[in-house]
Amino acid sequence: MGGYIPSPDTERREMLAALGLESASDLFSHIPGGVKLSAPLDLPGGKSELEVRREVSALAARNTVFPTVLRGAGAYRHYIPSVVKYIPAKEEFLTAYTPYQAEISQGILQAIFEYQTMICELTGMDVSNASVYDGASAAAEAAAMCRERKRTKTLVSAAASPETIATLRTYSEGAGAEVVLIPAPEGKTDPSALVALLDGETACVYIQQPNFFGLLEPCEALAAATHTAGAKFVMGVNPISLGLIKSPSECGADVAVGEGQPLGLPLSWGGPYLGFMAASRALMRRLPGRLVGQTHDAEGNRVFVLTLQAREQHIRREKAGSNICSNEALCALTAAVYMAAMGPGGVKDAASQSVSKAHYLAGRLCRIPGVSLAYPGEFFHEFVTTLPVSRETALAALEKGGILGGLPVDRGLLWCVTEVVSRAELDKTAEILEEVCRK
Amino acid sequence: MKLLFEKSLPGSCGRYLPDSDVPEYALPEDALRKTPPALPELSETELSRHYSALSRRTYGVNCGFYPLGSCTMKYNPRINEELAALPGFTEVHPLQPEHTVSGCRAVLDLAEDALCRVTGMDAMSFQPAAGAHGEFTGLLLIRAYHRARGDFKRMKILVPDSAHGTNPASAAMAGFDVVNLPSREDGLVDLDALRRAAGEDTAGLMLTNPNTLGLFDTGIREIADIVHEAGGLLYYDGANLNAVLGVARPGDMGFDVVHLNLHKTFSTPHGGGGPGSGPVGCKEALRPYLPASRLAGAVSPESIGQVRAFHGNFLVVVRALAYLLSLGSDGLLEASETAVLNANYLLHRLSPKYKAAYSGRCMHEFVLTLEDLKSETGVSALDLAKALADRGIHPPTMYFPLIVHEALMLEPTETETKETLDEAADLFLELYKAAHDRPELLKNAPLNTPVRRPDEVAAARNPVLRYTPGEAAQE
Repeated sequence: MGGYIPSPDTERREMLAALGLESASDLFSHIPGGVKLSAPLDLPGGKSELEVRREVSALAARNTVFPTVLRGAGAYRHYIPSVVKYIPAKEEFLTAYTPYQAEISQGILQAIFEYQTMICELTGMDVSNASVYDGASAAAEAAAMCRERKRTKTLVSAAASPETIATLRTYSEGAGAEVVLIPAPEGKTDPSALVALLDGETACVYIQQPNFFGLLEPCEALAAATHTAGAKFVMGVNPISLGLIKSPSECGADVAVGEGQPLGLPLSWGGPYLGFMAASRALMRRLPGRLVGQTHDAEGNRVFVLTLQAREQHIRREKAGSNICSNEALCALTAAVYMAAMGPGGVKDAASQSVSKAHYLAGRLCRIPGVSLAYPGEFFHEFVTTLPVSRETALAALEKGGILGGLPVDRGLLWCVTEVVSRAELDKTAEILEEVCRK
Repeated sequence: MKLLFEKSLPGSCGRYLPDSDVPEYALPEDALRKTPPALPELSETELSRHYSALSRRTYGVNCGFYPLGSCTMKYNPRINEELAALPGFTEVHPLQPEHTVSGCRAVLDLAEDALCRVTGMDAMSFQPAAGAHGEFTGLLLIRAYHRARGDFKRMKILVPDSAHGTNPASAAMAGFDVVNLPSREDGLVDLDALRRAAGEDTAGLMLTNPNTLGLFDTGIREIADIVHEAGGLLYYDGANLNAVLGVARPGDMGFDVVHLNLHKTFSTPHGGGGPGSGPVGCKEALRPYLPASRLAGAVSPESIGQVRAFHGNFLVVVRALAYLLSLGSDGLLEASETAVLNANYLLHRLSPKYKAAYSGRCMHEFVLTLEDLKSETGVSALDLAKALADRGIHPPTMYFPLIVHEALMLEPTETETKETLDEAADLFLELYKAAHDRPELLKNAPLNTPVRRPDEVAAARNPVLRYTPGEAAQE
């Protein structure tokens, strides 16, 4: 029997007989002709597990897995401890639905509560939700959280990820709210341009830290200007960076969001990833999605439940702040296991090694004539260099050496280095590029 | 049990990274955080045991019967997990050059082709990460379609009152006004009410078919005609597609846009609340508006843009493709036939005592109303649900759809045996009797679960959403 159907024909015939039916097709006799299919679906027949394994494995084999990845731009290859892969694969976690029934879901509820706590610790914020789809949609949801009747506009730094900006635009378009770009002429948000754009209709300002080009933004000053104008300050942050650099709360953020993928999730061609969202307590009831809270049962046991559900779509329907239902719970659990396995020291180590290695590569590359940093200022683990040759030539040469080079951007290539890349790989990268540029 | 933070032992973390092999670069002091985040510190042994204990306090599909209506909690095949973990998929960067990701593209193309054949659609985007995300996307397609035709006045979306809460919430997020359509006494769309509501300001109608009551709306072609004649489009909420695989297709019913829940119909695990995948399919006329990643290139100028980064929850699509290949044309039909058979059989077994909210043949799920039981015994749908949990069955969906009082919605799915259904039915009947004989037993349930009923009012009145050292009063 295919289709993972456990009941044999005999059993199904018994059930049909109990219903007074002869065949399974009788179950659909009330579906009108013209709507009911008269022929089988135009698909091949079912296959055995071995055939499916061969077919799908062959697809995986068609992709190139680069031994060295020097590309980030929103997706980062960090080291993932084995334990971080094994724990979320436990079948109870894997196969459970959203924990609506608290009494038999304490495991997943506690895991999310612990995740929320760790996100609060990383960001310094008061409250975190249980996750949204990814970092880009988290930014869009944050903008929605900050909108008020008279303040609907979002100002977003032009140095934020283009993926995030595009997603923000799509969500805001739905709400009929304006999105205005804050210029970033030298790779960083222009503070005076921000001040000029802030007005009484501005709901929030979105700044990415480190920004799309890897640069550190002057977030405290930008937050202060934003607050002076009565708007909310939203930061999009890289969670690994928070092992080292100032937290959103230290910068003055009202909402902190980000892509959680660096916390133990593989690159996976873009998903599933994890959007995290944390906020000041004042904005708690405007957070979208699931929130796990602590309470107790009649016997005084500590119990975790989904709470403040009156915000959500299944209660408020068209008046809900967000439509989100399924989120990325298993990815949140993965991130929690990662953070707990690495601990504060491990996350900081991953962050500082990434920073050091990025600066090492930048130093090596900038010794090549015609290669220089495209933007001034401190950077985290990403940076843009100019090139004396075409980006395509440089990337093709690197690809031959098993290296995924930086992402092509306006001024050259956007490089990223994480702790998994060795000095030898960075040296090899510099040598290949040197060779290409000499020709 | 203790939280990770309460088990933390400074200095006990495993060693996962080697020492750095490059000179250290120190960022300026004013860029650094002042205090490290108070993440827990645990040895790998303690960490593993912690999560093993948590997993024992979690109920998944593999733990037992999970008839959670509207959620299609079918078995999640292991092979799909193994294939989704292939390094050829997991180690691919989303912004790799096209010529290095032809396998990933092929996964999406094959899944698109198969799912378009299953639904009767012409094109599909896998960017939406879940069902509600798909709804939002699909509604933006409808909006873009009308606007491209210079039709800016269509700002209303019609939604039956039996719909999932995400439907009206998504419509509002996409900028539409929601018009709620009351259902007929038999639970189906009231055609007269629809005719009155449909007009020049109608952007579209959102419908689940079979609907949330588990009933196939046999008037679907007339419904489609009414909406189309008014100039609107039809949106198919794919939450209940598991009832009609190989039996009927949304495209043939007259729908223009659909979203699917790969984590329901196509067997990908739900993970305790995601990741899901909510691909959106549409007819040819709407193809130009589909979302796509901007950084990855190839966005049509008419596209609604993007609804998240990159290509969607790709590994979920890998699992769904493996499932589609495993089942094929015959297996998909068999899945739906068996899902509908199992639901009808379970309803048949329960019907001597329990009352279905609506008469007539159900599809893959059905809704009971416990209104009578409650007035006779004081035992509510919630009490019965908790008593079921006590006896090792995951409770059905409670108090939904909203139009049914004391509702319990059961969806057994096709991956259950007759024996499981019989045992569940026997338990339901036993509890029915217990509700009359000893109602306090149900009102006090559950007794055998790791914790008793939580005080949800206290949770909402004084929200504690994170652990704070020193505040752990009890365990």
